[in-house]
Amino acid sequence: MDKVKKYLPYVFLGFLFILPLLPISSYYMHIFILCIMWSVIGMAWNLLSGYTGQVSFGHAAFFGMGAYSAGLIYFHLKINAWWGIPLSIITVLIFSLILGFIVLRLRGPYFALATLASGEILRITSENLTGFTQGDLGIMLEKRTWVDKTYYYYIILVFAIAVAFTIQRIVKSRWGYYFVAIRENQDAAESLGINTTLYKTIALSVSAVITGLAGAFYTNYMGYIDPKVVFALHDISIITIMVVMVGGVATYWGPTVGAIIMVLLAEIIRSNFKQLEAAHQTLFGVLLIVIIIFLPNGIVGDFDKIKKIFRFGGKS
Amino acid sequence: MSLLKVENVSMFFGGLAALTDVSFEVNKGEIVALIGPNGAGKTTMFNCINGFYNPSRGKLLFNSEDISGKKPYQVCMKGMARTFQVVKPLQRMSVLDNVIASSFLRSKNKHEAEKNAMEVLELTGLVEDKDIISKGLPLGKRKRLEIARALATKPELLLLDESFAGLNPAELNQSIEIIRKIKEQGITILIIEHHMKVIMSISDRIVVLCYGQKIAEGTPSQIGNNPEVIEAYLGEAHA
Repeated sequence: MDKVKKYLPYVFLGFLFILPLLPISSYYMHIFILCIMWSVIGMAWNLLSGYTGQVSFGHAAFFGMGAYSAGLIYFHLKINAWWGIPLSIITVLIFSLILGFIVLRLRGPYFALATLASGEILRITSENLTGFTQGDLGIMLEKRTWVDKTYYYYIILVFAIAVAFTIQRIVKSRWGYYFVAIRENQDAAESLGINTTLYKTIALSVSAVITGLAGAFYTNYMGYIDPKVVFALHDISIITIMVVMVGGVATYWGPTVGAIIMVLLAEIIRSNFKQLEAAHQTLFGVLLIVIIIFLPNGIVGDFDKIKKIFRFGGKS
Repeated sequence: MSLLKVENVSMFFGGLAALTDVSFEVNKGEIVALIGPNGAGKTTMFNCINGFYNPSRGKLLFNSEDISGKKPYQVCMKGMARTFQVVKPLQRMSVLDNVIASSFLRSKNKHEAEKNAMEVLELTGLVEDKDIISKGLPLGKRKRLEIARALATKPELLLLDESFAGLNPAELNQSIEIIRKIKEQGITILIIEHHMKVIMSISDRIVVLCYGQKIAEGTPSQIGNNPEVIEAYLGEAHA
């Protein structure tokens, strides 16, 4: 059993690499790409909010910032939008350092509210700076680089693996211990010689940059962005939190599992229950309540509990 | 030689003077006890020394270096560690991970941190509990975990805030033994304690605070016979 567990991730990875070779429609390819993209954003959020305990309600700020970095250089400078990926590292890093300087002195719910506001501020700003961002018209790439989704799939897959690997390294290192110490008790951490401000800033910047890169990828992949989509409170910030809550906060596989469930759920609801429209978010709310009550550590964190429930059900 | 020198430290919270012109010294290798009735300002003194508060007036010298106004993590890096009266374990981490987190301060890599942490757990008698999530520890062991965590930062001066409160007699003796062993390693200790048996048996010198002022300082026997101290603790009639 242990052996199976050990090789399972490699089998999973291998499967992901050969997936595009199978005869899969472009629609399903799209779903897979979204799943991977969301697991990247989930992993980023998990680092800041799961491990370091600084719960962010504003990851749309970083996502949108990355997306607009790619969109704006294309729109204004006629540069290939893929250059937005390296550019977003710089813009999002600077933004996260400034934001961190302001909001990281707040704790708990006040931090959450401040991050929520930061996402909304960016959305409203980009809606109104019509000369610079085109406002609600958004930015459209005239031509996407590839029609075939396979290329995008491999790009985001490699990126996701790199992120997963990096985060695993971070969590097991000195930084990881410091992050969790800060989550568990900031005063104790501070008195144990941990510069809590510095390490919270590191967690925020790393998390922000990864989210921003996902945003820059999104622009290139979708070919169209507008403030309501990329800075969305409910569709980005809240879904990011849901992905990790459903999968398992501060667990390694949580964001990935959560991303798969959330993306599939959103697609099933969107395609089968069209009459629901925006009301489908009510279902997400219900799901979140159920998860918090019955599986507070998420599907990965409470996996043993789930197994127990099913075993019990099978016997009786 | 004095390791810690507290010079005329005052701390005001609004109009309330929690500490008024307190001065004392802690010499290298000593165990100094800080005692006083409830609300005397003992923990406030600790918070000033280790940087949680910035004293309103006065100076704190550690190894002849001014540390007043420094942040707790900076003070800790200079070689001073503390425990908390209300224990603050890193709840959802195992006992070993708690200690590893703090021993990273003086370790280059995780291997070294783990080795250092195991030595500290050995000293504090927590080795068998190393894999327990610290939320599940009984109070006596949590108090020892606080000491272990502070020790893992390899301090020159250890500040212990009521590390003996709420322990049963067996645990008490065990903890006294641990303090003795720490002293043997050359670590200086400043301890807040109410437990007179502990104070009298381990401390070299005692500083007595009352209403934020220092009312006495001396060896355990001097303090035991000091009328002002007896008055502060038991009231005028007994003095």
